[in-house]
Amino acid sequence: MKRIFIDIDKCLGCRSCELACAVEYSVSKDLLKAIQEDPLPKPRTDVQQDAKRGSFPLQCRHCEEPYCIDACISGAIGKDPETGLVVSNEEKCVGCWMCVMVCPWGVIRPAQVSIGDKKKKVALSCDLCRDRETPACVEACPTGCLYFQEVEEFKKTKA
Amino acid sequence: MARTKERSIDPAAQKMLKRANEEDIMTTWDRYEAMQPQCGFGELGICCRICNMGPCRIDPFGEGPQTGVCGASADTIVARNLARMIAAGAAAHSDHGRDVAHALLMAAQGKAKAYQIKDEEKLKVLAIEYGIKLEGRKKEEIAEELAEKVLSEFGQQHGELRMALRAPKKRVELWRKLGILPRGVDREIVEIMHRTHMGVGNDYRNILMHGLRTALSDGWGGSMIATELSDVLFGSPRPIRGTSNLGVLREDEVNVVVHGHEPTLSDVVVAASQDPELLELARKNGAKGINLAGICCTSNEILMRHGIPVAGNFLQQELALITGAVEVMMVDVQCLMPALADTAGCFHTKLITTSPKCKFPQVTHIQFEEDKAYQIAKEILKLAVENFPNRKKNKVQIPREEENLVAGFTAESVFNFLGGRFRATYRPLNDAIITGRLRGAAGVVGCNNPNICHDYGHIEMTKELIKNDVLVVATGCSAIASAKAGLLQPEAALKYAGKGLQEICETVGIPPVLHVGSCVDNSRILVTLTNVVNEGGLGEDISDLPAAGAAPEWMSEKAISIGFYFVASGVFTIFGTPQPVLGSKNVTRFMCEELEDIVGGKYAFEPDPIKAAHLMIDHINKKRQALKLKPVMYEEVAKKEGELVKA
Repeated sequence: MKRIFIDIDKCLGCRSCELACAVEYSVSKDLLKAIQEDPLPKPRTDVQQDAKRGSFPLQCRHCEEPYCIDACISGAIGKDPETGLVVSNEEKCVGCWMCVMVCPWGVIRPAQVSIGDKKKKVALSCDLCRDRETPACVEACPTGCLYFQEVEEFKKTKA
Repeated sequence: MARTKERSIDPAAQKMLKRANEEDIMTTWDRYEAMQPQCGFGELGICCRICNMGPCRIDPFGEGPQTGVCGASADTIVARNLARMIAAGAAAHSDHGRDVAHALLMAAQGKAKAYQIKDEEKLKVLAIEYGIKLEGRKKEEIAEELAEKVLSEFGQQHGELRMALRAPKKRVELWRKLGILPRGVDREIVEIMHRTHMGVGNDYRNILMHGLRTALSDGWGGSMIATELSDVLFGSPRPIRGTSNLGVLREDEVNVVVHGHEPTLSDVVVAASQDPELLELARKNGAKGINLAGICCTSNEILMRHGIPVAGNFLQQELALITGAVEVMMVDVQCLMPALADTAGCFHTKLITTSPKCKFPQVTHIQFEEDKAYQIAKEILKLAVENFPNRKKNKVQIPREEENLVAGFTAESVFNFLGGRFRATYRPLNDAIITGRLRGAAGVVGCNNPNICHDYGHIEMTKELIKNDVLVVATGCSAIASAKAGLLQPEAALKYAGKGLQEICETVGIPPVLHVGSCVDNSRILVTLTNVVNEGGLGEDISDLPAAGAAPEWMSEKAISIGFYFVASGVFTIFGTPQPVLGSKNVTRFMCEELEDIVGGKYAFEPDPIKAAHLMIDHINKKRQALKLKPVMYEEVAKKEGELVKA
C-alpha cells in the first residue's frame, strides 16, 4: 500500500506539484492546452504556508477513520476496501460541502468540473492519480520533498 | 538502455550516444531527462524575478494570484521576460559584431599582423554606403575609417543605423512610422533593461514593440556588421566543397576541434595548422598531420571560407569528445556547454578557452589577443600536437559517417550564380518564382534542443519544403543538420526536390538547400530578401514575398532575437516549441495575430515539423495569390499523380 509522504524541509514553494496535478486532471493532459480548457482544471494538492515550518505541500491523507465519509450526505465518498483510499464519486456528489467543512487537513475543495458534456460543482480530493504508477505531483517535485512509498517501508525508516 | 534513436536521427550521433551509455558518460540528453518535468511557470513565462518583492508567479489556472506583488499581470510579466530574452540575444550577436569590427580596426592600423583585408571590393562597397572617400586612399585607410564608423554605431544615441536603411524603401518608412527603426546597437539593448526594470512600462504591446526595435538592431545592425566585416577581413565566401559529421575526425592525425561563434581566432588557426614547424612536430609525435574540424558557427565560418570540415552541430559537441580522438577542443563564445569540461576529463582531450568573456573553472585558458593571433594559434596547436601521444588507441571510436556538401552561398554569390556569367542579377530567381517553377523560398535556421529528436525537426521540415518546390536557405546548426543528411549536395535535388526546384538546381548546379552561413549570417537572408524585392515583380516589401522562416529546434535567446527581427522585417516565422509566452493570452495573440497588421510578419508555434512546413507553404501560397502570380507550375501534375495513386 503506497502513500504520498512529505519531507517538509525540502519544500521550496515552487508549486510544481499543483501545476502537475491540475494538468493530470485536465482533459488534454498537456500544460499548454490545459490552460485553455473550460472549466480550467483544478489541482487536488496545494502548497500551504506555515509560519514555523515554511511552505509544504498537502493533499488527502486517506485517514483510517475519515470524517468526510461520516459527513457525506449523498454517499459519494467512500473507502476502497482493498486499497484503503478515500475516494469520491463525482457523479454522486451534490456539492453540499460538508466534507470540506469537516476535513481536519483542509484538503478537500469545491470546484467546477466537466462530467461528460455537463459542468458541475463537486468536491475534489486526491486519489493518488488512480491511473498512474507514481502520482503526477511526486514526479513533478524537483527536490524530492514529495515521495511515494509503501507505508510499511516508511514506518521502518521512521522507527 | 538509452533510447538513442529517439534522441537523434543522425547515425553518427546514435553511435556516440550508445558509447556514452556504455561508458556511463553523461550527455545533454541524460541531463534533460533528469530535469523532467520542467517548471511549468517557466515554460509559460509567468514567473517574475525582476525585484525583491518577488519572486512572483501567476497561477495559470486562475485561482491563485493573477498579479505579482507590484500588480504586474501575466501580460506584463511575460512581455518583460521575453523582451529581456531579446536583449540577451541581440547583445550576443552584436558583441560578436563589435569584436569583428575591432579586429578590422587593428588590422587596418597594422596592429594585428595575422589579418589582412581579404575582400577589397566589399570594403569599397561598404565604404561608399558609409559615405567614406575612396579616391587616392590605401585600403588600410579606408578600412580604418570604416571600422571606426561602424564601431561608433554601437554607441550611437540618435539617428538611424546605416545598414537598416538597406531594407526596401517601404519597410524603412514603416519602421520610421512605427518608431522602431533602431537608433544605435547598444542603446536599444540598454533601453530594454530599463523599460523592464521594476515599475517602468507595463503595457505589453509597448514593451514588445521596443523588443522589435532591439531585434532589428541585431539583424540589421550587430549581426549584419559581423557578417559584412567578416567578409572584408576573412574574405567573402564562395561556393566551396566540404565534408561533415563526426567521420571527419582522423585516426592518424592530431584532431583539433574549434567550437563557438567568432571567426577571429579560428581563421588564424586555419593558417597556423599549415605551419611547417608544427607539422614537423606532429610527425615527430607520430601523427600524419593536423586535422581541424568545427562545431557550431565557428565551424560554419571557417567551412565557408576555407572548406574546413564540420564535425557536427550544437548537440554533437559532447559527442565529438566521446570519440576519444580529439586532442584539443578550442572554444570561443556562445553555445558552449559547461559540461564539456567533464566530458573532456573522461579522455585525454584538453579543453581550451580563449575569450576573456568566456572562462570555465579549472580549464586551461589561453587568451586571444588580436595583435598576437598567430602566436596564440600556434601555442594552442602545439598543445594539441603534444597531446597526441596521450591518446589511448583502444579508446578511440570514430563513427564512419562523413557526408559531402557544398557551402558558402551569400547574398552576392549565390544569386550571381543564378544570373549566370553574363550579369550578376536576381532576375532568374524572381522569374522562377513568378512563373511558378519555384513556389517560394524559406529559411530553416536555428539550434538543436533535446526537447526534440536531434536534427529531426530540421530535416523533416527541409525535405517537406523542397519536395513542394520551396527553395530552402539554411544557417547555423540547421545548415549543419542538412549537410549531414546530404541535402547540401546538388544531387539531393533529384532525390528530394519537387520537379520545379529540381529543374532549377539542375540548370544552375546548386543544391536544393543553400548553406548561407553562421547564425549572424541570417543577416544575409535579410539582404537576399531585399534584393529580391528590389529586382521587381514580387511586390514592394519583404512582407509581400512568398517566403517564410522557421527555427524548428530552437533553444537560445539569440534564436528569439532572430525570430523577432524576421517578424519585424515582415516574415512569417515559425518556432517549434513555443517561446515562453503562452501564460499570457494577450501576448500570444499579439505575436501570432496582431503583429501581422502592424509589421506584416507574425509568429506561429508548431512543434511538428511537417505541419509547420505546411503552415509555411500555405503562407507562401497566400502571398502568391495576393501577388496574382501564376499557379505553381508542377502543382497540377503532382495533384493528378496523387489522385491516380489513390485511385
